[in-house]
Amino acid sequence: MQGLKQSIITSLWFMFLTFPIMVVRVNTIENTIEWRWMNLAYVGVGIFILSYVWRWALARKEAKQYETVSTDKPKKQLWISRAMEEPAVARPALAVAFAVSAILPLLVSTYQTNIFISFLLYIILGLGLNIIVGVAGLLFLGHAAFYAIGAYSYALLNHYFGIGFWVALPLGGLFACLGGILLAFPVLRLRGDYLAIVTLGFGEIIRLVLENWSTLTGGPSGISNIDRPGLFGMELSVADANIYIYYIVLGLAIVTIISVQRLKNSRIGRALQALREDEIACQAMGIDRVTVKLMAFGLGTAWAGLAGVIFAAKTTFINPASFTFMESAIILSIVVLGGMGSNLGVILGSAFLVLMPEYLRAFSEYRMIIFASAMVLMMVFRPQGLIAPKGRKYHIDDPDLVKEGDA
Amino acid sequence: MDWDFFIELGLGGLTRGSIYALIAIGYTMVYGIIELINFAHGEIYMLGAFTGLIVAGVMGIYGFPAVAILLMAIVIAVLYCAAYGYTMEKVAYKPLRGAARLSPLISAIGMSLFLQNYIILAQTSDFLPFPALIPDFEFMEPIAHIFGSTDLVIVVASASSMAALTLFIKFTKLGKAMRATAQNRKMAMLLGINADKIISTTFIIGSSLAALGGVLISTHSGQLNFMIGFIAGVKAFTAAVLGGIGSIPGAMLGGLFLGLAESYAAGYISSDYEDVFAFSLLVIFLIFRPSGILGKAPVEKV
Repeated sequence: MQGLKQSIITSLWFMFLTFPIMVVRVNTIENTIEWRWMNLAYVGVGIFILSYVWRWALARKEAKQYETVSTDKPKKQLWISRAMEEPAVARPALAVAFAVSAILPLLVSTYQTNIFISFLLYIILGLGLNIIVGVAGLLFLGHAAFYAIGAYSYALLNHYFGIGFWVALPLGGLFACLGGILLAFPVLRLRGDYLAIVTLGFGEIIRLVLENWSTLTGGPSGISNIDRPGLFGMELSVADANIYIYYIVLGLAIVTIISVQRLKNSRIGRALQALREDEIACQAMGIDRVTVKLMAFGLGTAWAGLAGVIFAAKTTFINPASFTFMESAIILSIVVLGGMGSNLGVILGSAFLVLMPEYLRAFSEYRMIIFASAMVLMMVFRPQGLIAPKGRKYHIDDPDLVKEGDA
Repeated sequence: MDWDFFIELGLGGLTRGSIYALIAIGYTMVYGIIELINFAHGEIYMLGAFTGLIVAGVMGIYGFPAVAILLMAIVIAVLYCAAYGYTMEKVAYKPLRGAARLSPLISAIGMSLFLQNYIILAQTSDFLPFPALIPDFEFMEPIAHIFGSTDLVIVVASASSMAALTLFIKFTKLGKAMRATAQNRKMAMLLGINADKIISTTFIIGSSLAALGGVLISTHSGQLNFMIGFIAGVKAFTAAVLGGIGSIPGAMLGGLFLGLAESYAAGYISSDYEDVFAFSLLVIFLIFRPSGILGKAPVEKV
């Protein structure tokens, strides 16, 4: 009864709140008003149901908090991450995933292949950002700018010097990496929110420069007629070139996954994680904060540069509109939704945010609003993301030590 | 040196700066109390502008006089944005009290994207014309081409609302409670201050000022779309940082400083790079003097 009353109040409140924006649409040129009363009804009913779910979820979250305090049980994992821990499940699953992705472009249309290319590109972008945000814990809001650096370095090199894809690919990665390090130098002392804002500002500066330096970059209209990657001098049709790019991206994605996985457990990776946990303690342990931060930025942005080169080669046309803050936010939400610091999480996150909206065409209008609500809801109810990151476990084999530990 | 041009730019910067200051106050107050950069604050400003447009459009069709429309647009936009700010805090930030520091920030980015797309879905993503609501004053005639009646109203309205806010914070009981909470939230709670209520009040005041700014600047620029909140938000945040984040007089000073700096840079250097200039100023300040003009450097606690 109490719940019913509360839900009615909430729903009335939101109907009031959304009234002018949702119901009225005025056209000040033709002097007409459009009243959309049905929207009010949708909001009312929707919020009524949501408020029940919201309160149930909040109550459950609170109950859980008490539970973990009292019993100290390990955190519950999603079934998929538990399954991936079992080698008996994980190995065949990986083999199947690899086999399917290897023959995929032969089975589906060019249009579908294109969607999968962007899915893989987002995986690469997400994994790169994950090194900075997830592993090193530095909130970075300018990832799209480094994506742009990669794309523009290929486009400009190709446009002015006729340099091909395979030479531009490492160069694009290198330029983005250098850009990341250049950005990292001045912001070494900043952390948390300030760092987020500076990186956002930096990203916008790069985009605005690309937009205004018309003599070099073509301004808002961008650069067109970028060469597709060549295959030993063969001329490929558009559909074949697409398939070829698919394999390039797939290869790069696999390389990315493996190297990021290995990076996390390496000496550098552990230094990055130490930085995330406590900067001062990390310095006290003899880790050089400066080098580690520079590495985090350099390693993360290099992948964005590589992805950018491929993006330019795939679309053969780029302009600054593809690299707005919205793009950075989408990549960040992939990382956050998937689970910061988890590779499997990034893959699931980009599947959720890139593939799902493509296959739910009816929802494509609501794509961004679903993104945004998912970001807020995720932070409220599952801040660790779909796949919670795990620390490394160390097993003690010596029985004497174990006994001492118990005592 | 061309003094006319110099003064013209200065007056333009003044108008701009007062709007930045109005929005910056919302950032600074929220940051002062819960140490959160409320990313969605710029979107509240944008929502204010849209609410104002809807009110102005409907009333305009029914043929009300311009002054009545302006007042009504401001009142309704302010009330609605106060309600939006309040609700936003309850939904996106309150459940996250005590969470890791990144969580509320990401939630705020989510909220900002949500509000932008809410406008795209419910209204449009195109630029919409905003009617000029402020009539020309006769006594402004001699300088109207550089500083019209709209500019005058903007400067006066923002100066008076900022003065009112300063008095409110200085002399009322709620204002004192706000200052206490900003200084030390735990201690204030121990002394019987309801921190939740203070936080809500902060969001309500900040959002109202942003809405006022939104309506005024839209009638000045004559157009709006869903993106105006993002740029204005980042610039107002820059203003808050320049002045020293957490300090209300700092936000006002920072807003004016940024407005003037931008105006002169656009006039003497290049108007294409106006936004680049604001962002660069932000980056430079954060690197060399993150505490801002009026702020104190924080002490690192180990």
